[in-house]
Amino acid sequence: MKPAPFAYVRAESLDQVFDLLDEHGDDARILAGGQSLMATLNMRLSAPEILIDINHIDGLSDITSDGETLRIGALARHTQVLESADIAKMAPLISQAMPHVAHQAIRNRGTFGGSIAFADPAAELPAVSRAIGARMILQGRDGTRSVDANDFYLGLFETAMQPSEILVAVEVPGIADGERTAFLELARRSGDYAIVGIGVQGRIDGGTFSDMRLVFLGAGDRPILASAAADALNGNPHNDETVAAAQAALDADLDPMADLNGPPEMKMHLARVLTKRALTALAA
Amino acid sequence: MDQNVDITLKVNGQSVTRRVPARTNLVDFVRYEMELTGSHVGCEHGVCGACTIRVDGQIVRGCLMLAAQADGADVETIEGLSDDGSIADLQQAFHERNAVQCGFCTPGMLLTAEELLQKNPTPSREDIREFISGNYCRCTGYQAIVDAIERVANERNA
Repeated sequence: MKPAPFAYVRAESLDQVFDLLDEHGDDARILAGGQSLMATLNMRLSAPEILIDINHIDGLSDITSDGETLRIGALARHTQVLESADIAKMAPLISQAMPHVAHQAIRNRGTFGGSIAFADPAAELPAVSRAIGARMILQGRDGTRSVDANDFYLGLFETAMQPSEILVAVEVPGIADGERTAFLELARRSGDYAIVGIGVQGRIDGGTFSDMRLVFLGAGDRPILASAAADALNGNPHNDETVAAAQAALDADLDPMADLNGPPEMKMHLARVLTKRALTALAA
Repeated sequence: MDQNVDITLKVNGQSVTRRVPARTNLVDFVRYEMELTGSHVGCEHGVCGACTIRVDGQIVRGCLMLAAQADGADVETIEGLSDDGSIADLQQAFHERNAVQCGFCTPGMLLTAEELLQKNPTPSREDIREFISGNYCRCTGYQAIVDAIERVANERNA
């Protein structure tokens, strides 16, 4: 299908964006990479009066590091993120997840910030942001604020962003010495949205788990931090018994909805399978 | 509000200026305005890859980008890449290996294969399958397509 008619503005500054958001409110949509928005427009699931294209605003696509913290500009393309040596070194979980984000042609256009702000519960980057302690940098006319990834996702496609704000960057603390990462997902076709996926960051020192963070995608209305499973792991040795305890603890962490892929029971089963595989990968 | 946009861009090396409805996507622009119908329209929501077009040297989904966003861009289609001979070896290999059933996905497959070989001149069969996964349609098992791309990689490295 074709989108309903709309007006289009190529914004040149954030001030211009805030003016347009004030003027048009809910009738406006921000166009970043457009790889989700354009599909919803084509299917007429959304029919805004005006698109505000932010692709040509300077300074929103840089990836920088001061050695301790990474700052990923919201307009950084997925391909740029995938090929960033700084990200591979300081936030390896992002680099491990990125090949699962759609396909090359989409990664060339899609943006890091767009994926975070869209907050699809089956998407990789929102989930990863919770496992790595990311902070979302939101800017409005009155200034900038920072929101912890754990407070950012409020529900299905719902975030802590105000309608008058845009996401300008994501800041990530560099991974600490000794922390390990693993990312796995199950999808019908490589690059499709996951049926279920898992990102893990934590430590296994002397065979014992600590500081474990397990995040699931495709297992609820938002990316889910599995704290009961982490509790079952922390302080315990990596063995079959501990892994089984973490798998069992997922009952308290996850309450997946049925979707086109299958019923909740199937998703719970797959989440347990992925947990075991991810812990094995983490220990390898 | 004005729902039309003035754009000037390069299409296959030729500079063009048009006034288009803002909602026109890039693949419809090249098909209807430029009458270049080699880029195909399949699913129109970014899944099938039949609309693959190159913008500023990188492949994109032609259905997920507006023509308005291509103002100032350098756009190349399968016609441009065919005429300049840059993928003649891939086209020959697809032809000889019969890497086609209905052929609807083929222009997108060729552009995707070319980007793979530019990024990774020595891909494994697994790498090839991964890279073309965004162009899977339905009628082939992709075995012949993988064969053809693998052959060209080997030939270019010889």
